[in-house]
Amino acid sequence: MNEFNFTRRGFLKIATTVAGGLAIGVPMPRMAEAGGHGGGAEINAWLTIDPNNIVSIVTPQTEMGQGAFTAVPMMVAEELDIPWENVRHVFADANRHVNNDNLYTTTSTGGSTTVSRRHPYMMQAGASARERLRHAAAARWGVPVDEVMAKQGMLTAGSNSGTYGEFAADAAMVTLEQEPAIKAYGDWWLLGKDVKRLDIPLKTNGTAVYAMDVTLPGMVHAATASCPVPEGRLVSYDFDAIKDMPGVIAAVELKQPKDVAAFTDMRSGVAVVAESWYQAKNALAVMPVVWDYGRGASISFESQTAEAMSLLANPGTLVLNEDGNIGRNLDRGVNHEAVRGIIDGADKVVEGEVYSRPFETHATMQPPCAVVDVKADRVDVWTFTQDIARSLNEVADQLGRDTKDVYLHQTYLGGGFGGGYNMYVHRQAAAISAEVGRPVKVIWSREEDIAQDAQRPPVWGTYKAALGDDGLPVALVTHFVGEEKMPAFSQRGVANMPYLVPNRRHEYSIVQSHIPIGYHRAPGANSNGFIVEQMVDELAQAGGWDPLEWRIKMTEGNEPWQRVLLAMKEKSGWTPELGRGEGMGCAVVESHGTIAGCVATVAVSRRGQIFVDRLQYFMNSGYTINPLNAVEQAESSAIWELSHAFFGGLDIRDGRIVNTNFDSYTMMKMPDTPPAIEVHIENSENQWWGGLGEPTGPPTPPAVANAIFYATGTRIRSTPFAKAEL
Amino acid sequence: MAITLNINGRDYSIDADPQMPLLWAIREKAGLMGTKFGCGIAQCGACTVIVDGNAVRSCNTPVATAVGKSVRTIEGVSENNDHPVQVAWQDLTVPQCGYCQSGQIMSAVALLERTPEPSDNEIDKAMAGNICRCGTYPRIRAAIHKAAEMSKT
Repeated sequence: MNEFNFTRRGFLKIATTVAGGLAIGVPMPRMAEAGGHGGGAEINAWLTIDPNNIVSIVTPQTEMGQGAFTAVPMMVAEELDIPWENVRHVFADANRHVNNDNLYTTTSTGGSTTVSRRHPYMMQAGASARERLRHAAAARWGVPVDEVMAKQGMLTAGSNSGTYGEFAADAAMVTLEQEPAIKAYGDWWLLGKDVKRLDIPLKTNGTAVYAMDVTLPGMVHAATASCPVPEGRLVSYDFDAIKDMPGVIAAVELKQPKDVAAFTDMRSGVAVVAESWYQAKNALAVMPVVWDYGRGASISFESQTAEAMSLLANPGTLVLNEDGNIGRNLDRGVNHEAVRGIIDGADKVVEGEVYSRPFETHATMQPPCAVVDVKADRVDVWTFTQDIARSLNEVADQLGRDTKDVYLHQTYLGGGFGGGYNMYVHRQAAAISAEVGRPVKVIWSREEDIAQDAQRPPVWGTYKAALGDDGLPVALVTHFVGEEKMPAFSQRGVANMPYLVPNRRHEYSIVQSHIPIGYHRAPGANSNGFIVEQMVDELAQAGGWDPLEWRIKMTEGNEPWQRVLLAMKEKSGWTPELGRGEGMGCAVVESHGTIAGCVATVAVSRRGQIFVDRLQYFMNSGYTINPLNAVEQAESSAIWELSHAFFGGLDIRDGRIVNTNFDSYTMMKMPDTPPAIEVHIENSENQWWGGLGEPTGPPTPPAVANAIFYATGTRIRSTPFAKAEL
Repeated sequence: MAITLNINGRDYSIDADPQMPLLWAIREKAGLMGTKFGCGIAQCGACTVIVDGNAVRSCNTPVATAVGKSVRTIEGVSENNDHPVQVAWQDLTVPQCGYCQSGQIMSAVALLERTPEPSDNEIDKAMAGNICRCGTYPRIRAAIHKAAEMSKT
């Protein structure tokens, strides 16, 4: 096996060149092992060029609809300079990555980072390959390298010309003294153009393969049940009661390694294995199982809410940037010691009521599913994951096998949204396959999925502010309550809010919770934005300010925010004063380095029916490499949060989630979809990059709630809105 | 027991319990993987197929009820991925994760066969049983109108 030095350490050697481009001191691999991706020559681990000038580009990230399988090839192709029609996408080899010092740096796919953080080394892979092609051509033609042009898949020097494909094998052998710099920002021929995602045709005829669709000879099917009250444990099960049911083969205990499972540990439970999945599911449903429910049995969402309300009645813990505090690594308040005194002595004080958001679940359209085949000499894995290397390592860990013998095959993901982290379905499949000695496909029923998912946490929050003579806040204290598993989510977008309140203090408290927590599209910002951006409207109203003008004033000098806010003012037809029963509301939230503003126009009928007529978005992500994909993702994130504003919301009783299928955990459908969703890209283009997979979600519920306030005079302080009295 | 299912114009002889949901017969027995499992209770539409012209949720339809009928799945929509609905879906870049799209396309095909030029309200009604967690609804709506337009010419 060849060793490649394409490591994280290598990529950290970054320096800005005179031209403004990034020069990265990457010792590029010399690739002698041709044919890594088929018949062509592999110039480096990212790309192979075949003699017909077709370029196969590897994507180490997963594709869940967000566009990684197009964005990564685009970034490589930009620098390689090859016609887009010649580009083919190939899956990354997770085994090769894991066993070669993380060959592709990372396979993690989340936080909207595939473009925003990873572009330097992906573009470097293309640039470095192009440079090698030029050197190879120069050597064969006997001309100086400077005379060789590489453009659109063709190498030329004077009267000499040839395709990349003709020089690929030679290029693979070239050693460079210095790697080329990648292009200056914005100096692109492909990036910045609308490109249709490469996976689309596969998704209109049913040929895209998801883990669910993998079938192996001799494969059996399993349905699983972890304890319905999270943190609880299996006591016993009675396989004899179901063993004669049609198709039933076995029951397998799923063993939890420690008392409290870590996020990707297998949780205590049991699987039923059968010839067909519906047989396994039916048998599992009637098999007698005894559980020890643990502490969670006394927790409900009602009890958590009551606990949060009592915590909010008193001061919380000060958010500080120090170890052991949830404000660690977060910008936090200003002059926080002075805040309480200023508020106590102020003439005009605004005190908020309690706002809240409930637990939400991912409910990816493909329920968690994995196929694993454990054999003596190798283990093959297909699974729901947003990090192929992590999941490969977890299967190796589960089975006590060397990672060299574990092969994880990428498939498309039937949705991700963060749900592909904190996932252990492949551990279950590995354990079951090892036990029954056959390949197995594990599918979580929808009920199991919603009950066992790593959920988005709830938040409860309130504030108190003193206003000055100009109506703007001079001091502000916020108090947000999170749950115990990932409480820091409750400060995202709060302690680091962009508004220039001269004295700010942020406090937090934590409620008891046994519910597993995970990343859920714009984590933290999704719920907190709902609270902060309605607080802003209340402060503006109390001070006699137009809410959009308030935001513009309170972010003075902050160019990325000003660009978004001024575009909202100039382009949206902004006015909070519409006719009776109609309202316009705005909100702006930053997540993943992108500032996204929403202007919502709503109508509310006399019977309290809410119609969202129009949603306008204004996004500043610095740069956008594929505006078409950016708009698709903006629409998707918007509907994601609109769905949680009007529907959704998990209910917990006696420790268990009770609304576990789509009849009770409801979501937006076609008839609920607003007639107009418009997306404006308002980029600063000043050399920072934000992510685009999530940011339009967070401003959506507060913009709509603010619009409802202007339409009706009623403020909605929790979701789902369906429960609000208008 | 032995059952003959006609799927996309071809007869499949399968051995299945008559109560087996049609979805699992299509996937596990006939080996056609384009039709998806989403909820198991006919609430999401990922499993939508067309049986004798009607869009049905195959996840809670017993396989026995499809015997002697014509079942169409995503694999039977066209040979070359070029049915007007598929072309419109590609032109307007409808799919994201794509998992629900077989069901969305089958519902749209059934709608257009019955109502060649549907209004927004008719689209809402016909598509209300198909959830898309990626929220591609605005593009689905536009693509159905586009497919209707393309089918006229």
